[in-house]
Amino acid sequence: MENAFGQPQSVVVLGGTSDIADALVGELVAARARTVILAGRNPETLAAAAERAATAGATTTATVVFDAADPSNAEATVRACFDAAQTPVDLVVVAVGYLGDQLADEVDPLAAAHVATVNYTWPVAALAALTPRMLQQGTGRILVITSVAGIRVRRGSYLYGSAKAGLDRHCEGMADALLGTGVTVQILRPGFVHTKMTEGMKAAPFAVDAQRVARDTVAGLASSSRVIYSPSIMKWLFGLLRHLPAGLWRALNESR
Amino acid sequence: MRESLWGWGRTSPSVADVVTPDSETTVLDALQSAVTVVPRGLGRSYGDAAQVAGGLVLRNDAFRDISPIGDDGVVTVGAGVSIDDIIRRGLPDGWFVPVTPGTRQVTVGGAIAADVHGKNHHVDGSFASHVRSLRLLTPTGPLHCSPHENEDVFWATMGGMGLTGFVVNATIQLIPVVSDRVIVDTVRHANIDDVMADMLANDHRYRYSVSWVDCMSKGRSMGRGIITRGDHDPSPSPEKTPPRRARLSVPFSAPNGILNSLSIRAFNEGWFRKAPRHRIGEYQTLGTFFHPLDGVQDWNRLYGSRGFVQYQFAVPDAAGDTVRAAIELLSSSGVPSFLAVLKRFGDGNPGSLSFPIPGWTLALDLPVGPSALPGVLDQLDQLVAAAGGRIYLAKDSRLDPDLFREMYPRVDDFLAVKRRVDPHNVMVSDLSRRIGLIN
Ligand SMILES: Cc1cc2nc3c(=O)[nH]c(=O)nc-3n(C[C@H](O)[C@H](O)[C@H](O)COP(=O)(O)OP(=O)(O)OC[C@H]3O[C@@H](n4cnc5c(N)ncnc54)[C@H](O)[C@@H]3O)c2cc1C
Repeated sequence: MENAFGQPQSVVVLGGTSDIADALVGELVAARARTVILAGRNPETLAAAAERAATAGATTTATVVFDAADPSNAEATVRACFDAAQTPVDLVVVAVGYLGDQLADEVDPLAAAHVATVNYTWPVAALAALTPRMLQQGTGRILVITSVAGIRVRRGSYLYGSAKAGLDRHCEGMADALLGTGVTVQILRPGFVHTKMTEGMKAAPFAVDAQRVARDTVAGLASSSRVIYSPSIMKWLFGLLRHLPAGLWRALNESR
Repeated sequence: MRESLWGWGRTSPSVADVVTPDSETTVLDALQSAVTVVPRGLGRSYGDAAQVAGGLVLRNDAFRDISPIGDDGVVTVGAGVSIDDIIRRGLPDGWFVPVTPGTRQVTVGGAIAADVHGKNHHVDGSFASHVRSLRLLTPTGPLHCSPHENEDVFWATMGGMGLTGFVVNATIQLIPVVSDRVIVDTVRHANIDDVMADMLANDHRYRYSVSWVDCMSKGRSMGRGIITRGDHDPSPSPEKTPPRRARLSVPFSAPNGILNSLSIRAFNEGWFRKAPRHRIGEYQTLGTFFHPLDGVQDWNRLYGSRGFVQYQFAVPDAAGDTVRAAIELLSSSGVPSFLAVLKRFGDGNPGSLSFPIPGWTLALDLPVGPSALPGVLDQLDQLVAAAGGRIYLAKDSRLDPDLFREMYPRVDDFLAVKRRVDPHNVMVSDLSRRIGLIN
């Protein structure tokens, strides 16, 4: 069971090899998490992440392998995670994400669809698989990692940004739908984070590392706010940027 | 009916089927057919004791009978009868409850399950000391329990947090009073050392004693406090009027953050200055003395949607320093906390999960929000455990399972009884899962 500070004892991560998820699991295990189930694509990286969780103090760890290219495996993946947990799952983190190569993908139908599938369609399928299980538990949180890139979509990453935007809005609706059920949906909208995914990219202003995002997330779980920004200045920044005239927004992004 | 439930601190809600059984048969049926079940009273425990996510919650509301009060003050009351109900019934005839928590709005079922204590613990012990017997419905059937009959079940149930069975009714011993007033002495001290020294020296002269301590003041005034002590007025009052019902209420949840370091510091300051330096023999009503918070209904909503936690620990007499260290840690961490309640505890009882141990107990309310708070409380837990102390489960909403075991060394006695009366662990709560007691 989670405690009054939203610190979970059992955690399932879908996309368990993401750097943000990895840092978050570190923070959660340092608090109360003892059961950690990690699902992802690469068995070796997963096993290494599970090993880190165990070393840090998790007593039950397991890994589940899946590929988010195929939404038809979402149900089986979620089931395998819940079976492995063996206790009610306090927190599910949906951390699946794939940036792709915008310029190449935007003219390649299958590649473009793949970005949409991994960032939107698979997570949506997984959320549908999660919902009845969480409802039956009568408790639990779902934390979905989207991005500020979905608040105002950029020319340089609109495939990724639009899919994250879709997922983000999906979760807003879902959060409303689940009010009063004991199940909470929270959205994490990080800004630019230095991770494997953004390696080699030019950092945006207010770039942070995964540790920082993890700490902000822990605070967000405690406060139960529906949307968690990291760093928190993103809330105000994108509150402004989303209303910027299109020309100015373009110019701003080209100058970077 | 699926319903979302939480404790008084309004943290960690969970959803369960909630029913109000009105006969022993319906309770027994529920205990035998449900997958997980827990009883619930008035929901005044602060955390997650009276809820079980995805399970079945049995409200005790329907068990509201009060027998005629015997000439010796013995009465049999349903588990859903509140302390308030008993006072209303008994006081006009000169009977008062032997132990009352800081609110009258708790049920007898809840008082037994938490083995509650009042301001008179150092003299009269906890609620269990005044329970003659009780009727318990367990998953393996009904049982009559007392200190002489099924005594192991009796003592597992006292403080057993509703996990041994559903209490139907209890026979308790009331105390005689001749007035509806309390005579109170108040004294103000500049720091925690003076408060504790005075309590050690003088508490035994009073039936009731409690101190309010400021955990936000620093330096030489760290832990400054006000001791109020008293006893029932021995001169008869013409009428014995039960306490007034709440006249104010907080109609909806306040915005988060209203209760912050600044506002709480200001409140504590005002409270301290308002108190007389030294006043003897003041008359107070029972309500003012015992249940000052009951004047405002739903005051917990002031803490906003994030809610708050109450942290209450007890440490043995020899660990008086731990009280000081705890206040020091709190005051230096800067987390906002309302005036803490400091009390002396007398002897404990054979209840395997009963909270009180002879020594000190400190309780404080802390709004959820400051990011340092979870870590500060974890540090306090370490101090408390190292001193041979423990956290009060009825107030808890965040204790670590490993430390729970360390703090309650008789947990195996409890589990032995539990296995007998509930071999399939049907009776489970969010609390019992969270602290790893019953999963
Ligand atoms: C303002 C305030 C002040 C307080 N001051 C004090 C104090 O000074 N001293 C103190 O000791 N406590 C104090 N408390 C805590 C309170 O006394 C306990 O939490 C008490 O258990 C609450 O009773 P309840 O009827 O609300 O029970 P609930 O909170 O609904 O339930 C508490 C426990 O009782 C069990 N239970 C309820 N009914 C039954 C039943 N019929 N059979 C078996 N188990 C049952 C539940 O399963 C649960 O484990 C205070 C609480 C508040 C809000």
